[in-house]
Amino acid sequence: MSTLTKYSAIPYTGPAPTNREAYVPKEVAAMDARGAEIAAALPGVEQETGQDLPTFVVPKAHIVATLTALKSAGYTLPLDLWGVDYPAREQRFDVMYQLYSLEKNERVRLKVRVAEDESVPTGTGVFKGLNWYEREVFDMYGVRFDGHPNLRRILCHEAFQGHALRKDYDPAQRWILTEKDVAKIIPKIDPRFEDVDTDFERVTLNLGPSHPATHGTLRIVVTLDGERIIGADQEIGYLHRCFEKSCETHTYQQAIPFTDRLNYMSAIINNVGYCMAVEKLLGITAPPRAQHIRLMLCEFMRIADHLVCIGTNLVDMGALTNFWYLFQPREEIYGLIEACCGARLLPSYTRIGGLAVDAPPNFLEMAQRLVERLPKHINDVEKLVDKNKIFLDRVVGVAPITPELAIEYGFTGPCLRACGVPFDVRKASPYLGYETYDFDVPIADGGDTFARYLVRMEEMRQSLKILQQAIDRGMPEGPVIVDNPYVALPPKSKVYNEMESLIYHFKLIMHGIQPPVGETYFQVEGGNGELGFYVVSDGTKNPYRVRCRPPCFQIYSAFPDMIIGQTIPDAVAALGSLNIIAGELDH
Amino acid sequence: MPTNLDTPPNSIVARKPGGVPGEEAEKGLITLPGESEREIEDLAGSTYLTTKVDTMVNWARGNSLWPLPFGTACCAIEFMSLVSSHYDLARIGAEVVRFSPRQADLMIVAGTIVDKMAPVLKKIYDQMPEPKYVVAMGACATSGGFYRMYHVVQGIDEIIPVDIWVPGCPPTPEGLMYGILKLKEKIERGELKRGV
Repeated sequence: MSTLTKYSAIPYTGPAPTNREAYVPKEVAAMDARGAEIAAALPGVEQETGQDLPTFVVPKAHIVATLTALKSAGYTLPLDLWGVDYPAREQRFDVMYQLYSLEKNERVRLKVRVAEDESVPTGTGVFKGLNWYEREVFDMYGVRFDGHPNLRRILCHEAFQGHALRKDYDPAQRWILTEKDVAKIIPKIDPRFEDVDTDFERVTLNLGPSHPATHGTLRIVVTLDGERIIGADQEIGYLHRCFEKSCETHTYQQAIPFTDRLNYMSAIINNVGYCMAVEKLLGITAPPRAQHIRLMLCEFMRIADHLVCIGTNLVDMGALTNFWYLFQPREEIYGLIEACCGARLLPSYTRIGGLAVDAPPNFLEMAQRLVERLPKHINDVEKLVDKNKIFLDRVVGVAPITPELAIEYGFTGPCLRACGVPFDVRKASPYLGYETYDFDVPIADGGDTFARYLVRMEEMRQSLKILQQAIDRGMPEGPVIVDNPYVALPPKSKVYNEMESLIYHFKLIMHGIQPPVGETYFQVEGGNGELGFYVVSDGTKNPYRVRCRPPCFQIYSAFPDMIIGQTIPDAVAALGSLNIIAGELDH
Repeated sequence: MPTNLDTPPNSIVARKPGGVPGEEAEKGLITLPGESEREIEDLAGSTYLTTKVDTMVNWARGNSLWPLPFGTACCAIEFMSLVSSHYDLARIGAEVVRFSPRQADLMIVAGTIVDKMAPVLKKIYDQMPEPKYVVAMGACATSGGFYRMYHVVQGIDEIIPVDIWVPGCPPTPEGLMYGILKLKEKIERGELKRGV
């Protein structure tokens, strides 16, 4: 029962955010110094100071040379490429690259500024992983990439006109695609097979976008020589729900439900990634209790993600029993999340600055029960399939990818670790206190379907290990959301009884959270790899730009290289093991 | 409620008497609402029955729906929950999931349909044999949901006719099961005349 006080009792004493102030990242001094070192080795490149990563503005004539130089300097993993539109500027588009160095555990960001009628030389000759990203920037902004092997729309359909992420594009303007407008896809034959003589007629076969073996809306067009795949091409965008444009038309808090629906298998990890990116921009940290709950639910979600991936992958190979075995514990994980916030699959549980509501009082007991029950289900499945000859014949040596190629394509997450590269964001740049937990990063060699299965199985065990430690530490006391009326709503008892809290409530609802002006990037380890959010604020209540780095995107772009020379059933088994989530793939 | 519910003398199946829903459920027997009234023997004794062919056919159709999951997004995951062990769609006889439109009579559109997918949805619907029914699962399939955007179909009734709308984002498996039960009732009442 709240007591009526005449004057505000809100203990917040920090400064009120003055609108349109500039964002100063915490690590700015170190990053500027490091950036100057790197820039010294790159001719024609100008450093941009005051950023959270070493950032360089590159003239477009130098971009290929800069990418090549950085690649040979160890920045071998192309993490992301995206665009930002500033229509007031003469060179209105920023085409941005982000590269990662596995040895130095360091990121760099490059910016190429181009005007509306200018084009950028393609970087696909340096990094294969940039292929689809350049198509995406072309689709969304209309920036052309000279020398790109296949520059056509990727997410929007063929009858679409205009470029959707330009600021002057009306968000609700639709273009209808009719059946006769659907362009035919002719897959490129792999050069190894172009001149090979065979007894069979070459057949082009379309799989998807509605096909039992493609989970979600994936489409692959393959050319077959007998049973062997000699050419393949994919088409995506069948679930392009305009995540990035939606964020621009909603406030920072309202964008949270959109993030749920990116990787809907592990929705809370998306929530956490987005909220922590905005928190980084605001310079706040969620309270320890919220962080603890976030970490535990992230690990449960990772387990649920892997359970679905393995379960459905085994269904593709005819092992239906495992699907029933694995879905039961998954329902129990959803039961735990339902107890926390009332939603099952897409909880939208986090808020910027913490959590929506506190976890139930018996949260730790429920979690403990689950942690004890889960190993049995995992072991059961392992016993069923690990020595099963049919399973092994279907997965061992199927659809392999070498570590070098995987890195060049920008793989992250379990698919990269299955090639023997121990890159995990939880270890490389820990967040939520992962550095204080004892866990291992499982890797496998071979990079085939079996290796991916093994890595996922072991990752579930490691997640259980983290969860057990988190349960043993107990739940920190305290609030679950920051005590800052410019970010979090005051409690209802205060809103009803105090004038100041009422005003804060009104201000926050009407004017939203207004972060300082600037840009930031934050990454978490999602179910499929590095899930990054790049947020640009212009000081208003809506994000100026939200970029999601979807881990599936690059993994799926490498799919033809993995299945060429294999058969269709192998391709189906491999596709399931990659865990491509259409919501994330297509934004 | 008919009184003569004993097993017919020449039957090899021991027939359980259907009771009032709720009472039997407490004893652990699952009896769906109205199930007991639809026993064939109830309609006309134990040897022959007199009914309309339509009633008979609709009763059969309602009890053996073969769903085609047109799953595109998050709702498809909840549909997977519904067919899997915990919720078990087999209890209402609709577990024979067929991915080929030619073998299915119930299309469950689970997830957002975007403009690029719209011709595909239309084509697959056209390939289904009559009679066919459509359940729009979730907010996106119903109205576009909160994606009022440049690439999202604002409800699948722009493209194909819909029989049952299930609200939710995503609907719970219970919600979808309720929707399928409602469809079953509609079929058995003979309300769906389209295409038959």
